[in-house]
Formats: sequence, C-alpha cells, structure tokens
Amino acid sequence: MIKVFNFLFLLISIFAAISLNASPKKLLSDYNFFENIEKQIPKENTIPYHIASPLFSDYTYKFRFISMPDGKLAQYNHDKVFNFPIGTKIIKTFAYPIDDRDLSRGFQFLETRLLIKNASGWFPLSYIWNENQNDAELKYIGKTINAKWIDKNGIEQSNRYRVPNINQCGSCHNLNKVIMPIGPKGRNFDITFFYPHGEVNQIDYWKEKKKLENIPANRKNPTAVWDDVSETIGNRARAYLDINCAHCHREGGSAGNSGFYLSLEETNNTNLGFMKKPVAAGRGSGGLKYVIKPGKSEESILLYRMASTDPGVMMPELSRNMKHKEAIPLIREWIDSIN
Amino acid sequence: MKKKFYKILLNFIFLIILTNQAVSETIKPGPQSYEEIQSALIFAKPGDIIDLDEGIFYFEDGLSLNVDDVTIQGKGMNKTILSFKNQKSGAEGLMITSNKVVLKDFAIEDTIGDAIVVKGAEGISFIRIRTEWTNGPKETNGAYGLYPVQSKDVLIKECIAIGASDAGIYVGQSERIKVLDSIAKFNVAGIEIENSYYAEVIGNHAEHNTGGILVFDLPDLPQQGGHSVLIAKNKVINNDTKNFAPEGNIVGKTPNGTGIMIMANENIEVRDNDIRNNATAGILIVSYQEETEDKNYNPIPNKIYIHNNFLSNNGYDVDKKRAGPISDVIPGKAPEIIWDGVTPIIEWFGLTSSDRIVLGKNFSEEGEADFVNLNLMTKYLLPRFHKIDKNNQNYFGSIQSLKSVNFSEGIN
Repeated sequence: MIKVFNFLFLLISIFAAISLNASPKKLLSDYNFFENIEKQIPKENTIPYHIASPLFSDYTYKFRFISMPDGKLAQYNHDKVFNFPIGTKIIKTFAYPIDDRDLSRGFQFLETRLLIKNASGWFPLSYIWNENQNDAELKYIGKTINAKWIDKNGIEQSNRYRVPNINQCGSCHNLNKVIMPIGPKGRNFDITFFYPHGEVNQIDYWKEKKKLENIPANRKNPTAVWDDVSETIGNRARAYLDINCAHCHREGGSAGNSGFYLSLEETNNTNLGFMKKPVAAGRGSGGLKYVIKPGKSEESILLYRMASTDPGVMMPELSRNMKHKEAIPLIREWIDSIN
Repeated sequence: MKKKFYKILLNFIFLIILTNQAVSETIKPGPQSYEEIQSALIFAKPGDIIDLDEGIFYFEDGLSLNVDDVTIQGKGMNKTILSFKNQKSGAEGLMITSNKVVLKDFAIEDTIGDAIVVKGAEGISFIRIRTEWTNGPKETNGAYGLYPVQSKDVLIKECIAIGASDAGIYVGQSERIKVLDSIAKFNVAGIEIENSYYAEVIGNHAEHNTGGILVFDLPDLPQQGGHSVLIAKNKVINNDTKNFAPEGNIVGKTPNGTGIMIMANENIEVRDNDIRNNATAGILIVSYQEETEDKNYNPIPNKIYIHNNFLSNNGYDVDKKRAGPISDVIPGKAPEIIWDGVTPIIEWFGLTSSDRIVLGKNFSEEGEADFVNLNLMTKYLLPRFHKIDKNNQNYFGSIQSLKSVNFSEGIN
C-alpha cells in the first residue's frame, strides 16, 4: 500500500515538475497570436498597441501586441507598468521596411520578442524569423542579422542588427533584479490607435473591451510624443530620455550605480546629470567634464555618447548600432535651452 | 510486467537526474566558440563548471552570465585567451549579474570597453585572471580591467591587470572586498577601491601605473562614505606612466607618479608597504576639492593611520599640472608622505578636533620617512600666515588596527 502511494506521489511530482517547467514554444506560430502571421494581423484577443514615445532601435518598425487570458483584467497605473494578470504575453516584432517610402512593399521581419508573465514573474524570449518570413523560431543566444532597406530618402541603408541574447533582455528589462516590461504604463499608453474599425484612445478601448480596470475618472496627461513639434522641447526631450535611457538609468536599474537617472519622475538636477562629473565613463566621457552642462550641449557627455556608434562609447549600450539622427538635434536643443 | 514498468520508471528518473547534473564539457576555440560559450553561460545551472580549453578565442560580441554559482575556468591566464580585438558590439567583454560566480585561469584581452564587469553580485571571485590591452597604455583602451560594482564579498586573487585607461583593478560601491597577491601594471590607476566599505588590499604589486593604489570616495553616487580599508604589504614602485585617462574622468586627476593616494574616506590603514620611486608622492592624502551640491557627502579624509611603511625616493619630480598645491609650496624634492591639511572649517578654528592623520613609525633609507602637512586651509583662508608643517611628531599616535574582512557564510 505504501509502495503504491509512494509510486503515485512520484508520478505526480514528476508530472508537476514537467508542467511547471513547461518549456516555451519552439515556434512563434505555436502561440496562435495571429490571423495572418506573415502580415502580422492579430487574432481578436491579441490586441495591437502603440506607445507615445518608443525606444529607438536602429530605425526598425515595431509591431506590438498584448495577449491576456480571457476574462482577466490588468490594473491601470499612470506612472508604473500596468499590473497584468498571470498568463499575459507582450509581443513585439522588429522589422525593416523593404522601402520606407512605400510601406506597401512590405517588411523584412527580424525577430519577435515576447515577455510572458507566469506565476513566478515575467520572462523574456526572442523568436528569430526564418528565410521564408512565414514563422520565427525560439533562440536564446541572440543572432547577428545583416539587414538592408531603403530609407525615407530613397537611400539604401544597411545594419548589423543584433538580436539580443536572453541575458541582454534582462539588462534593460530589470528593476532591482526582477524582470519587468518597460512601455505599458498609463502615461505611455493614453494615446489614440488606428484599429481596423477606426481611431480610438487605447485606454478607452481597453476599458470597453474589459481588459483594464482601476482607471481614474480624470487621467493625467500622457507623456509627450518626442517628435511632436507642437510640444515643448523640454517635454519632448524628457519623454525621449525616459523611454530610451531610464530603464537602466534609474535607481535599481542596470545603470543604477552611475547615480545618473533619466526617468520622467526625476527632479534632482544632479541626478539628471546637470554639472555631474563622470565616474566610470572611461573614454565614454569624450574628454568632457560634465554629463550635462546646461546651455552647452557640445560640452555634455550625454550628447557625445548619443551621437557615437563606437560600442565602447555609445549609449544606449544595447539595441543600438546606428545614430538616431532625428533625436540628436532635439537633445542638443534641450541642453542648450537649460539655464 | 509491473517490475518492468518500475525499471523503466527508474531509468527515466536516472535520466532526469543525469541531465540535471553539473555538466563539464571543455569548449575549444573555433568559429562556433562564441555561440558555444554564450549558450553554456545561458543554459548553465547552479553548480556548473564551464571549462575553456587552451588557445585564443576571438569574439565580435560581448559575453554575459546571469546564473548563480557557476565557475568559468580556463587552462591558465597565458593559455586560455579570450580576445576581443574584433569586438563589434557590447560595451564590455564579460558581464556578470549573478551571485557566487568564480572566474579562474583565463585572460580577457583588448575589449572595446571594460574587460570584466560584475554588477550587483553577492559573491564574486576572480582567481588568476588576466585582463590586458596588448598595445600598451593608450587613451583608447577600455576603462577597467576587473570591475566589480555594487557587489558584496568580492575576492580578487593572483590576478594581473594591464593597460586600463582608468583602473586595472577597480572595486566600486561594494562591501567586503579582498584584493590579494595581484599585479597591476601600465594602468592609470593600478588598484582602486572607490566608495566601498571593508576592503583589504594585501600583498599586491603595483608598478608602472600613473598611481599605484587609490582609495577614493566620490559624491553623487548611490553608495558613498567609503571606510575601513586596509592597504598592507604591497609593493608600490616605479609608478611612472604618464596619466593617459580620457579627460573628464576623476582618475585623470591622479598625479603622474603617485604611490598610494587616499581621497576622502574614513578609517584607512596603510601599513607594511614598500613604496619607492614614485615621482610625485609615496603616500598622498587629499580631500575632494571639486564643487559638489551633494549634502550627504564628506569630502575630507578622517582617521587615516599610516605606519611601518618603507618609503624611498618618492616626490622627486612633482607633477606640477595635477599636484600644483604641492609644487607651489615645496620647491625641490617633496616629502615621502603628503597630506593636504584640509579640515572642516570649525576644526580649523580649533572648535573641534579629530585625528585626521595618525602616523606611526615609517621608514626610509635615512631612518624615518619624512612627512608634510601642506596646511591648505590656511593657504586658502589666511595666505599671509600660511606655513607648511613638516614636524611628523605632531601627528604621531596609533589607532587600533582594522579587523580582518570576513565574507558571508557560504561565499568562497
């Protein structure tokens, strides 16, 4: 009798161990997110979204979706990432357009990154697209993709695009060593989106679809869109730095040791880099004395590192290999405007 | 029938146990070695040993490890070489973000940025590791060789660090640190302990750097108020490489030819060191003199206990650019031990007192090693009354020696 009991117990524990360790799916198509994977057209319960100011990743286009378990809701938060239910999957496909002047010519899909929330928290995965561009396969250790496309001016561009390995995912996506999403906060999310049926505010849409709760009646203003010229330079620059830098440059982030913090909430001028001396920048300092010298962009390390493509100098360290030509003048103008 | 089923089940269990066992497969250099090593680092399980074979591995991208309790070991610091000469991405050679990792017997060469960065680890050991920029000291070299930061229980033993454009061995914002029997050459700073608590720097050899051993505390950082650092039994000689740090970095202020330099900090003990032939100073104790708005920061060193060191031929050619306050008041050869004499203003008025510098016996060929207090406070506030003080008897005394550093249980 005892033997049988032991045996059953063993069987159950093995089964439990296997199901807990449930390996991530091998192919992107195995998740059934898409109606048409080759065109990135989602199924009804996979909701596409956009954020106010996105991270610059070498001019890639990004197709973002969130899939949540049926009947479960996320909790709204203006300044923090929504509290998503277990089973949520955040999906982001990176792609270069064939021709940026005519998007109808299609895209070259590079990778699709997933953040999956299970009982023990979030974990990151990356799926790399195949030659035929009809599916993507799980890869933990990253890959180099030499990509080419035609840019908005009709000039052929090329890039040594790096798919991050799983540790590198954690480098940006961790807060106090816990993996977290970065974008889906109220302040980044409260914008309109062009759904197939029309243009609707994302928060209103999620509310109506019963995907989001705890939404305040009067919501605070969303983050500025970094290239929206109707906004002030200050708001645009801080929004850009928040989404491009603050995931590491905040307390508890990967660059927490620098004491240089760029999140929108930061109000201390020294933490924001004003007249702050570099500590461990090495040649990243570019011979300059201050992280930000108010009024003097050409004497500010921040701009120097943003404008560099030398891996030992440039910032951000990951997910960038090219200069963001359109953002450099914005940051320059902002620094020059600080008294 | 039943028996057979049991047998199969047992085999199955054994299989699970086997596949979960520590794996130990030696990785050899070759075109696939980046993928092999990075995979091994990602799929490692606690307790695993990753073996690297003899030879030169060439990498274009940085490596990273985020699994606790993993050992990476080569066949020797001159036999297993990870070369990043062709590095195209990644800001460092190897990044470690997990706890209780042991690195042993290999070298990292010519990284585009730092060689080995360890962030936020509880327990990290570097044993017989070499980091080097092979084209000699150059401004374009990476900043740090061995670079644990915001970590606890840090062991650096029998390592070699050459050519870093900031510090060869740099421990920043960390706690419980031992740097033992290591060699630092041709770096701007040989060994640097910065904004850290409870460190032992014992038995090392710092030669041909700009500064041999530095203990700094800097403002505007999450951890500051560095204290309890023992610098003992080190050989700090011939530090004669011109400062080649990119401008803007604080280490760029290290005077050419500095033996041991202490900036800010509290409870520092410097004893039994052999300090010779450093052009600006043998031992230099200074306050942080840059502007800062950090109200929590204490720029003035306190309780610096210097005893039983042997000093010879230091201060023979003071770096006028970086150590102007010394050369301005001391023509010719400077004393072996130099303190800037900066104190809080109420202390200068005599309203409070503190044992800022405490000297025991320090030796030289001629007998006792000489000392100077530059009295910079008086120089700044009452220049007409300024005098240097070379009477070391005024600073004579003793402080209880620092307790030895003990790592947390289960570490190393």
